[in-house]
Amino acid sequence: MENIIEEILEKYPDAKRDSLLPILQDIQDKTGYISEEAVIKVGQHLKIPASKVYGVATFYNQFKFNKPGKYHIMVCRGTACHVLGSSTVLEELENILKIKAGETTKDGLFSIEVVACMGACGLAPVIAINGEFHAKVTPESLPEIVEEYRQKESEKEREKKEK
Amino acid sequence: MKINKQLVIEKLLLASEEDAIAKEARAILTGSKSETPIIFIGAGTCGLGAGAGKTKQAVINYLEKHQIKAPVIEVGCIGLCAAEPLMDVKMPGKQRVCFSHVMAGDVEPILDAIFEGKIHEEKVLGQFNDPEQDPWEGIPFLHEHPFFVKQKRLVLKNCGIINPVSIDEYIARGGYKAYLSTIKKYSPEEVCNIIEKSGLRGRGGGGFPTGVKCRLTLRSESDQKYLVCNADEGDPGAFMDRAVIEGDPHRVIEGMAIIAYAIGATKAYVYIRAEYPLAIARLEKALAQAQEYGLLGHDIYNTGIHLEIKIKKGAGAFVCGEETALMYSIEGRRGMPRPRPPYPSVRGVFGKPTSVNNVETLANVAGIMTNGAEWFASMGTERSKGTKVFALSGNIVNTGLVEIPMGTPLRTIIYDIGGGIAKGKKFKAVQIGGPSGGCITEQNLMIPIDYESLIQVGAMMGSGGLVVMDEDTCMVDIAKFFMDFIQRESCGKCIPCREGTRRMLEILQAISSKPGNDPNEALMRMKGITQLEKLATVIKDASLCGLGQSAPNPVLSTLRWFRDEYEEHVFERRCRAKVCQGLRTYTIDAALCTGCTACAKKCPVNAITGNRKEPHSINQNICISCGSCFETCKFNAIVVS
Amino acid sequence: MNEITIEINGKKVIALKGENLLEVLKRNNIEVPTLCHLKGLFPSGACRMCVVEVEGRRNLVASCSEPVMEGMKIHSHSPRVINARKTIVELLLSNHPDDCLYCERNGNCELQNLAELMHVRERKIAGKKNKYRIDVSSPSLVRDPSKCILCGRCVRVCEEIEGVSAIDFTYRGSKTIIAPAFHKGLNLSSCVNCGQCILVCPTGALKEKSYLDEVRNALNQKDLFTVVQYAPSITVSLAEEFGLEPGTDMNGVLNAALRKIGFKAVFDTSFSADLTIMEESAELIDRITNGGVLPMITSCCPAWVKYAEQFYPDLLPNISTCKSPQQMMGAIIKHYYAMVENLDPQKIYSVSIMPCTAKKFEHTREEQQRQGLPDVDVAITTRELIKLIKMHGINLKELEPELADSPLGSRSTAGKIFGASGGVMEAAIRTAYYRLTGKELVSFKIPAVRGLQGRKETRIEIGSLNLGVAVVNGLQNARLLLEEIRKGRNDIQFIEVMACPGGCINGGGQPIGMKEENIKARMNALYKIDESETIKASHQNPYIIELYNKFLKKPLSHKSHELLHTRYQPRNVIK
Repeated sequence: MENIIEEILEKYPDAKRDSLLPILQDIQDKTGYISEEAVIKVGQHLKIPASKVYGVATFYNQFKFNKPGKYHIMVCRGTACHVLGSSTVLEELENILKIKAGETTKDGLFSIEVVACMGACGLAPVIAINGEFHAKVTPESLPEIVEEYRQKESEKEREKKEK
Repeated sequence: MKINKQLVIEKLLLASEEDAIAKEARAILTGSKSETPIIFIGAGTCGLGAGAGKTKQAVINYLEKHQIKAPVIEVGCIGLCAAEPLMDVKMPGKQRVCFSHVMAGDVEPILDAIFEGKIHEEKVLGQFNDPEQDPWEGIPFLHEHPFFVKQKRLVLKNCGIINPVSIDEYIARGGYKAYLSTIKKYSPEEVCNIIEKSGLRGRGGGGFPTGVKCRLTLRSESDQKYLVCNADEGDPGAFMDRAVIEGDPHRVIEGMAIIAYAIGATKAYVYIRAEYPLAIARLEKALAQAQEYGLLGHDIYNTGIHLEIKIKKGAGAFVCGEETALMYSIEGRRGMPRPRPPYPSVRGVFGKPTSVNNVETLANVAGIMTNGAEWFASMGTERSKGTKVFALSGNIVNTGLVEIPMGTPLRTIIYDIGGGIAKGKKFKAVQIGGPSGGCITEQNLMIPIDYESLIQVGAMMGSGGLVVMDEDTCMVDIAKFFMDFIQRESCGKCIPCREGTRRMLEILQAISSKPGNDPNEALMRMKGITQLEKLATVIKDASLCGLGQSAPNPVLSTLRWFRDEYEEHVFERRCRAKVCQGLRTYTIDAALCTGCTACAKKCPVNAITGNRKEPHSINQNICISCGSCFETCKFNAIVVS
Repeated sequence: MNEITIEINGKKVIALKGENLLEVLKRNNIEVPTLCHLKGLFPSGACRMCVVEVEGRRNLVASCSEPVMEGMKIHSHSPRVINARKTIVELLLSNHPDDCLYCERNGNCELQNLAELMHVRERKIAGKKNKYRIDVSSPSLVRDPSKCILCGRCVRVCEEIEGVSAIDFTYRGSKTIIAPAFHKGLNLSSCVNCGQCILVCPTGALKEKSYLDEVRNALNQKDLFTVVQYAPSITVSLAEEFGLEPGTDMNGVLNAALRKIGFKAVFDTSFSADLTIMEESAELIDRITNGGVLPMITSCCPAWVKYAEQFYPDLLPNISTCKSPQQMMGAIIKHYYAMVENLDPQKIYSVSIMPCTAKKFEHTREEQQRQGLPDVDVAITTRELIKLIKMHGINLKELEPELADSPLGSRSTAGKIFGASGGVMEAAIRTAYYRLTGKELVSFKIPAVRGLQGRKETRIEIGSLNLGVAVVNGLQNARLLLEEIRKGRNDIQFIEVMACPGGCINGGGQPIGMKEENIKARMNALYKIDESETIKASHQNPYIIELYNKFLKKPLSHKSHELLHTRYQPRNVIK
């Protein structure tokens, strides 16, 4: 973890405060969350107090402070999705995975997050898994989608074992 | 002919007259003249969400299998999202044809047919009308499709048609000529005048005259000025800006370049939501290309003008769409708005004069400089000129993006262009302006779409999101939904918004939930509606920024047009659309009940009693209206009211 | 032409270009309530209490951040405005604990005042209240986020005036909390305990950690010998509370009051301030003559010391090894006074009264004790003192002045002016001059180091020496100077640093709600005392001379080092 943060900071020599968000975004992208260590190191690098780095990071939805699942599922909470039933989709997802939004499954595979409009309103309700969009999702179509990812994961495991 | 950067720049971009080489190059770049077939896949976020990725793979596989050489080009969103995935095929010499709902399995029959000179009738949507091509017999024209016929596509002109990351094609279609001629012909002040004369108003929702904003920024003296393109598009239900950037990023860049010149900015930012990764990727490519072709950077085409455009990604805060919050976010701070004055045109990013403009506003600029202010002002109404892009979503047949002249009646958009209400349901209302806007009912559908008319009926243009609602929508639920959104997105700085909207949300929640035993709750509900109005007034009056000032609008609007629904919720404890879970009553129809006990087993609170093979009943005092019994019953014996 | 005309409530009024509406309203004696407004800092426009109606504008306008414009027509108290203000207060109260009667700020709370002003008489707006854990981790401060109205004054003071930024806004919207990074306790953060945040907090969200109960218990214990010392600033900071002119010196009656309350001995920290000067001037001379680390920086402000340990560990060798007057007094009480009076040091309960919250932290430092016996047992603030006096039914106006107890109760005026920024410097120079030249200064007044401004620099001729001296108050000002030192500036030999703007007279433990005039009055009072008394230098204080003769021998002696000097350590905190 430490190395990843150092690597990212090296890409921003002489950086000032306006690089704070891009740096945090890089760390969020590469490690999936913002750790205490990250906050302190970024603060030192930019010469900004840790309280301010933390204050900025917690303001924005994008930054997580807990480790996410391997497959991070975003359920859209936008108007169109809402009108077309996104709340039942969320409920069903929580049932299938046995976790609530904001949590990660015990095996570390899946985490759920509810997000504001993702901008794909023409195809509501929408969910995105690790950035891959799935349109016109229904409680009925969910189990299959989840299973698809479980299969993907077991294939990866098999490949790893073979190596 | 070999088309390279030099040729494009010399012959198409800089040349004042077109010679034969230029004409040839143009025909090739626009796909008008091609020796091979060309296949286009609608690959905006909507298209990809509908499965366009798999469709594209299927096409590639097909071409390989049949040893056919044909480029497969990803284009943006043409706007008819309901018909995605879309695939266009351009056979040499023949009109380009568009097919809809093309899943991976549909690729083979469609391509088989077209390579034999036939059109797959079931899947065809329409053909284009390029005068240089041979039309297909008996195939309708796309521009005559009810979705497209009443649109006037200026901003969306290229979306879904061109390759968004081909600067060559953009230039071949006339791109960047407006920019180069503007900086050579006009002074910055003159450009501001032209924009003002055109009547262009901010398309992000503010509706402020763009030309005036530019002039104010131009007149501020400073060693450094900035232009910021606001691509934060946080309104739920709005995706116009996303589609424009995914489908035609160069148009936005060109608009930015012209406005940057008009205000004297040498540095610009595009502040774009992180939730738009495809748009960001395409924009990055387009910016790199513009840089490579000398249209950005230092001393552009020997004019002494410099412009550097950087992308800044938003980090998930709706309030950062507000210009002062946006500027703080660029600076690496919490995106909390500040009082204005000082206005950004005087003191903006890093304390320097800044003009913050919406994507759609900027996308209009090149067209205005090419065709003139009068041309733009000839469209629209007296105070709302030009066209506006709307995102149609919700319970409507043709969901998607449309661009219409200002002044088009709302009814036309919903019924003629949008195809009316989906699934044969009845129209109830259309929400316009997102969480800052209001709803419009049947009786007002004739109003023309322009800034002033919408405000008069308690709504607001907003950024252009139109969400259509049918009879199964509960207006109290809608108001609650928007207030919930505002509460999550409020920055928390000022008291009216932070505390006021929270209390409004609690009242709406109390109104739409099951009566509990808490006496406070009952009291709240009774006083609820009056207090909603009182709080709304103060929140509108005293909030620091536009988010707070417009937060009560959905509530006020639904109260104004659907007061009876509110009163039903409060006094009759009934939700007529059966949406509000807490207010649904579940009863068992004794005539249909077989006594199978399935529902009783499912009930989480043991509210159902009854013996086997005898009709069961639900104890209303215990029932929490969760609906599990309704889902379980195979005999349709559970009645919801 | 800088003047413009605007109309307020129907009356034409002159305003200057560039002014904000609020300034004009105040100047014309129109009381517009404010909550997040902090004089001297850029307006944030957060609370919306100061909104007024401006003709032609659709919404109400916040007067704190609205510049005046020619022809503006303003209504400061229209029904619409009053309704908005009242609703804002009601909204705040709807998310505020209903516990005024038990709150530290009962009777002195800006929210209470507004509720009264707007005549809020019913709990009109019901709803969920935010409940947060109270942070009691710090020895000096207590944070209760449930009472916080998010005005942001504390954040701004901590950042802009103290340059510490221990706390900031976190999260967003209704979930916003002001907290240190990671929501850890204050004791793990970079907080230096200066307490300036308490002074600007409009509610009871921030308060000092009170030890009044401990003090009262100790006073009741027969077998404890409870003694008290009070800082130089205290005697000129009580007047307003007892109906007297701000700045009135209440030294004599304070002695009497403390005895009435039950303290067995009453001492004046100004005496040990003299002692500090003896040691510190000797140290300065030593460093100058023997090539020691320069510039030397004062050490009597514990917030500054903690600040240095956190942010400037490289400059720790520059800080004087002298303990602060409070701590020196504590050491002398338990190891000299006890000896002279034949008391068991273990039975002495040493209380100090300070205008400061950082002193509550200082006396817990592990270096501030000897063989397990802390020099000072408890420190209370001016605010706590006032409560103690009133609780005992004492009316200071009715008392006869008394003297403090010998031999630790008499002071020179050099020790007294410690309370003002520049006082330590001036006192030190008076003695250093004598020690180096053998002669007294012709004029003891050094105006260049006096005053409330944040940084004062001057040069002092002492014989053949030309000393550069600097006085800074407010740690942000200290930071700026120290950066210059770090970059190599070497024309300064002695620096006085006070964390609180203006010095201890504006300390974090002082009465809340004081205006700048009050602080100026306190400062003037101190210098008036200096003017009027004859013994103006620490080395002239006969009791100091006696202490050295009988006990310490001479400054920097072995005994002095044992009892009166200390050491520092770099601190690893979240910063």
